[in-house]
Amino acid sequence: MEELIVALTVFVLAVFVGFEVIAKVPPLLHTPLMSGANAISGITLVGALVAAGAQATLLTTVLGFLAVAFATVNVVGGFLVTHRMLSMFRRKH
Amino acid sequence: MPAPIVALAYLLAAALFILGLKGLAHPRTAVRGNLMAALGMLIAVVVTLFDRQIVSFEVILAGLVVGGLFGALLAVRVPMTGMPQMVALLNGFGGIASALVAGAALLEVSGGVMPSLQMAVATAAAGLVGAVTFWGSLVAFIKLQGLALEKPVLLPGRHGILVMVAVLSLALAGWLVADPSNHLAYWALVAAASLLGLLLVIPIGGADMPVVISLLNSYSGLAAAATGFVLQNTMLIIAGALVGAAGLILTSLMSKAMNRSLTNVLFGGFGAQAAAPAASGDVYGGRVKSGTPEEVAMLLEGARRVVIVPGYGMAVAQAQYAVRDLVHLLESRGVEVEFAIHPVAGRMPGHMNVLLAEADIPYDKLKEMDVINPSFQQTDVALVIGANDVTNPVARNTTDSGNPIAGMPILNVDQARAVVVVKRSLSPGFAGIPNPLFAADNTLMLFRDAKQGITDLIAALKQV
Repeated sequence: MEELIVALTVFVLAVFVGFEVIAKVPPLLHTPLMSGANAISGITLVGALVAAGAQATLLTTVLGFLAVAFATVNVVGGFLVTHRMLSMFRRKH
Repeated sequence: MPAPIVALAYLLAAALFILGLKGLAHPRTAVRGNLMAALGMLIAVVVTLFDRQIVSFEVILAGLVVGGLFGALLAVRVPMTGMPQMVALLNGFGGIASALVAGAALLEVSGGVMPSLQMAVATAAAGLVGAVTFWGSLVAFIKLQGLALEKPVLLPGRHGILVMVAVLSLALAGWLVADPSNHLAYWALVAAASLLGLLLVIPIGGADMPVVISLLNSYSGLAAAATGFVLQNTMLIIAGALVGAAGLILTSLMSKAMNRSLTNVLFGGFGAQAAAPAASGDVYGGRVKSGTPEEVAMLLEGARRVVIVPGYGMAVAQAQYAVRDLVHLLESRGVEVEFAIHPVAGRMPGHMNVLLAEADIPYDKLKEMDVINPSFQQTDVALVIGANDVTNPVARNTTDSGNPIAGMPILNVDQARAVVVVKRSLSPGFAGIPNPLFAADNTLMLFRDAKQGITDLIAALKQV
């Protein structure tokens, strides 16, 4: 129970941090913000790695493999495409 | 690697995510912000590879290589016009990965001990949100890619079906929590949630996609956070919560920009009804003036200030490069040119900005609605390219109850001295209503596809 409370505390505080940090993002950056945040949500990869590498049962390994593959597309694709987009934004010289 | 060091490395990664998002919120620091977040991810992944539970690396390596290659290929190949689909697809992949991880964790744990209540609840949440995100995003992808279902699909009794499937999903989640060792309950929950995801997005039409994509973005974060509760990993919880918050902010901004509640966007079946033909006859009734490129060129030639209003039609026609050439030509003749960007123009938040950036248009020319609106009165020509509802003055009329866009903030295009609308026909926009702007005294229609229209205009301008 105590662990749950700690986890919940972390979650709620992180939501507030998220609102504070992102609240004033200009419309110009809405798309890169979304794809960048999306890449961060690929953090589930960390759990996928353990599932794929622990080799508990064949089924967990298969699930782990799929999860690693999906999450990696999310992470690699997300950060790269965000970078590609952002490098197009420029001010007037 | 000792546990405290892993925990500290995770803390560092979480800090980098926060700094990264902070950076992404400002044009000058955005590139660095993205790199910081990527560095955080790299640290998190590398540290995890030292986890004692991991006994073999073949499967991991295979997954990383397959996913990495596919992800990189997608990111390098996707044209900027395809960005809404790309973001939808990536949202979905994150969601399904979370559902799979939670499922695998449940299988692993229940081989030995009874899963705790926290784990059971979190697993149910991850499975539910993850599956909804995946299938919802897939439908969004199919709609945005133009493969099928572009129009809202309204099944008879859809609200009833939706409620039933939602109740079924929650009941299955309850079953899993009551009996966490029951794997069948988990996969049944994932199946029901998949159906829920499909049903939620199928009735939503193209122009509401900015809201849907933002919401799915938020869900993909919440699914990751739920997985963090399953694995008791605080970094996952933090990262997921940040993304969840970011998505929610965008969702609320997009809903506000259409003056509609989130509930109305999700369940209202907006845009499915056709415009009443009589109404469009009343509004247009022979007052619409069709112009030639030469006439428009003369207007532009005499202008000191031109504001371009891009919409989804510009994206569809891939007219952004032609628009850039037009801007250069006008500027070389001393005309001041700016862009007016409505928050929900296009199919995702910031869609027009990305397209225009791709065409090398400096971002300080792209003005937000609130910034540019007061300046339309000092604008000689407002050039509307493939936009419709976001310029419709009817939105100002908030007393008419039959008006679907009543109260929606619009670009005050009609206040410019002259308005030129490049559009293929008088067909209504997503809201399904006629636009009196097209029949206004100071409006000239250039009935062409966006790209063709701008190209003809450039040719005509060079003749003048």
